[in-house]
Amino acid sequence: MARRSFSLFKALTKTTTSFSLTPIPISRSVTYMPRPGDGIPRAVTLIPGDGIGPLVTNAVEQVMQAMHAPLYFEKYEVHGDMNRIPAEVIESIKKNKVCLKGGLRTPVGGGVSSLNVSLRKELDLYASLVITKFCSERIAKYAFEYAYLNNRKTVTAVHKANIMKLADGLFLESCREVAKKYPSIKYTEIIVDNCCMQLVSKPEQFDVMVTPNLYGNLVANTAAGIAGGTGVMPGGNVGADYAVFEQGASAGNVGKEKMVERKKANPVALLLSSAMMLRHLQFPSFADRLETAVKRVISEGKCRTKDLGGDSTTQEVVDAVIAHLD
Amino acid sequence: MALMQVLRRVLGGSGSTQISSTARAFSSAPAPIKATLFPGDGIGPEIAVSVKQVFQAAEVPIEWEEHYVGDQIDPRTQSFLTWESLESVRRNRVGLKGPMATPVGKGHRSLNLTLRKELNLYANVVRGVVESLKIITRQASLRVAEYAFHFAKTHGRERVSAIHKANIMQKTDGLFLKCCREVAEKYPEITYEEVVIDNCCMMLVKNPALFDVLVMPNLYGDIISDLCAGLVGGLGLTASCNIGEAGIALAEAVHGSAPDIAGKNMANPTALLLSAVTMLRHLELYDKAERIQDAILNTIAEGKYRTADLGGSSSTTDFTKAICGHL
Repeated sequence: MARRSFSLFKALTKTTTSFSLTPIPISRSVTYMPRPGDGIPRAVTLIPGDGIGPLVTNAVEQVMQAMHAPLYFEKYEVHGDMNRIPAEVIESIKKNKVCLKGGLRTPVGGGVSSLNVSLRKELDLYASLVITKFCSERIAKYAFEYAYLNNRKTVTAVHKANIMKLADGLFLESCREVAKKYPSIKYTEIIVDNCCMQLVSKPEQFDVMVTPNLYGNLVANTAAGIAGGTGVMPGGNVGADYAVFEQGASAGNVGKEKMVERKKANPVALLLSSAMMLRHLQFPSFADRLETAVKRVISEGKCRTKDLGGDSTTQEVVDAVIAHLD
Repeated sequence: MALMQVLRRVLGGSGSTQISSTARAFSSAPAPIKATLFPGDGIGPEIAVSVKQVFQAAEVPIEWEEHYVGDQIDPRTQSFLTWESLESVRRNRVGLKGPMATPVGKGHRSLNLTLRKELNLYANVVRGVVESLKIITRQASLRVAEYAFHFAKTHGRERVSAIHKANIMQKTDGLFLKCCREVAEKYPEITYEEVVIDNCCMMLVKNPALFDVLVMPNLYGDIISDLCAGLVGGLGLTASCNIGEAGIALAEAVHGSAPDIAGKNMANPTALLLSAVTMLRHLELYDKAERIQDAILNTIAEGKYRTADLGGSSSTTDFTKAICGHL
């Protein structure tokens, strides 16, 4: 998975720990020069999914509408217990190129393989379970390109090559090769065990991280835990042709029934994911507005769901975000 | 101090062991137990001295048999560890190991691997995290699950969590979980739950108190134990114990040999001392274990004597003296 969530949540953690009551000022900057026609609404495939999925995707729909964002959703029903993703859904994503996903319940044990995984494979979203030279190269290239375009200083490869000598060895080789082409970006390597320990004690030493999929989720969840939980961590799966945006860390909350019933799931993660999506669609000022509104709500501290220490419902958070939109 | 709370909770107490200590009080002083000691490399010898000093001050009935890693490969073991060293552990059934720098090169097994294989060590306990060896088989899974539940029971723990990624590694982790469930049925008084490793990482970071004893296959074990080490303050404080068949136990400090501070009287002996404490618990010398552990925690909590890695400026010897003073 192309991990684009870390930088965003780092910025978010800085805000959550400041607890200031003064509103965050808008920094006006020219974000980009549109081509004629860029403002025409884009179609985005929407998969609400299971559990808290529909709740949080609905939150995004409301906020997008409030912002008059130039996009509209094509909604599809997909559930974790289906055998496969319906063909029409895949077609929709292929047509629209962009998808926003709530969450699909994964049955534990044997039998049905994760639909989340099969969606990534189907759309060739740069994530695969088998480490091949081809896959390693393109994810490494993406990581460095992302760092380059976003003015990041360091790319760290997270691996376990001392144990998984062949697979991770190949992964590291690919990373090193790509690193040579970006001499201005610092490249480091770290074993996943140590990485977790460092993340917990000194997360600021990390910038952009690239990992094989097996550890990716693990590192993302650890990072999410530090940032405040999976309720605030955005994520995106990017490929050459398509992109799917969803919460950055697997919550296991997809199945939490109480949260669904009482409508208390935290929509922040998906809202921030949709902001990433807006950037991907090249609507940066809408993304800025959305993120600023979310940051204000969190730092104000009045409207927080349970995972952030409050007692608000999803709807209350959504209303607060909409109220804080410029 | 949050660090102390986590350390205390994680190291556990001797809730279930009052009976055995009283019984022991009525017998005459027990014959010294022989234990193998591998001081190791780098800071190893210095911190091993600390352990010996503290044990002496606490009057622990242990007689150390010291062994060193050689600079020649012993053909009988294909490692720098000699046959005599391994025999010593096999005979004494209990040992303590300092950090060993595996020499770079090919054609020999790593020291840790040698120890694990030769002594048939199947479970690694790092403060409540029990992990089994690499290949997941029914036998290995049952064995480590049994150990985890037994450990929980004898240490008064209430909950065992099996960590897995069975949604992805369906066959291997699926088998592992099945075995854990089988063993769980035999311990109805202990709560058993299963947690996907991704969630586990997040929950550990957010609220480690949610967990008690963790059991998992080796692939995740290293990661989780390092994560926990990071939470409590680093590898310099982490105790660990490898368990083998028929009660053999090799406690070890999992940190490195720190060659840059070797010989400078700067090293933090806490990890090796706490590992030695787990060794004492394994030997059922619970009150000695408690006394030493409390002395260590109190010394750190007091804050007057702390080694450089904990933000202080005390030497190894001063820190050790302070611990002896707290006994």
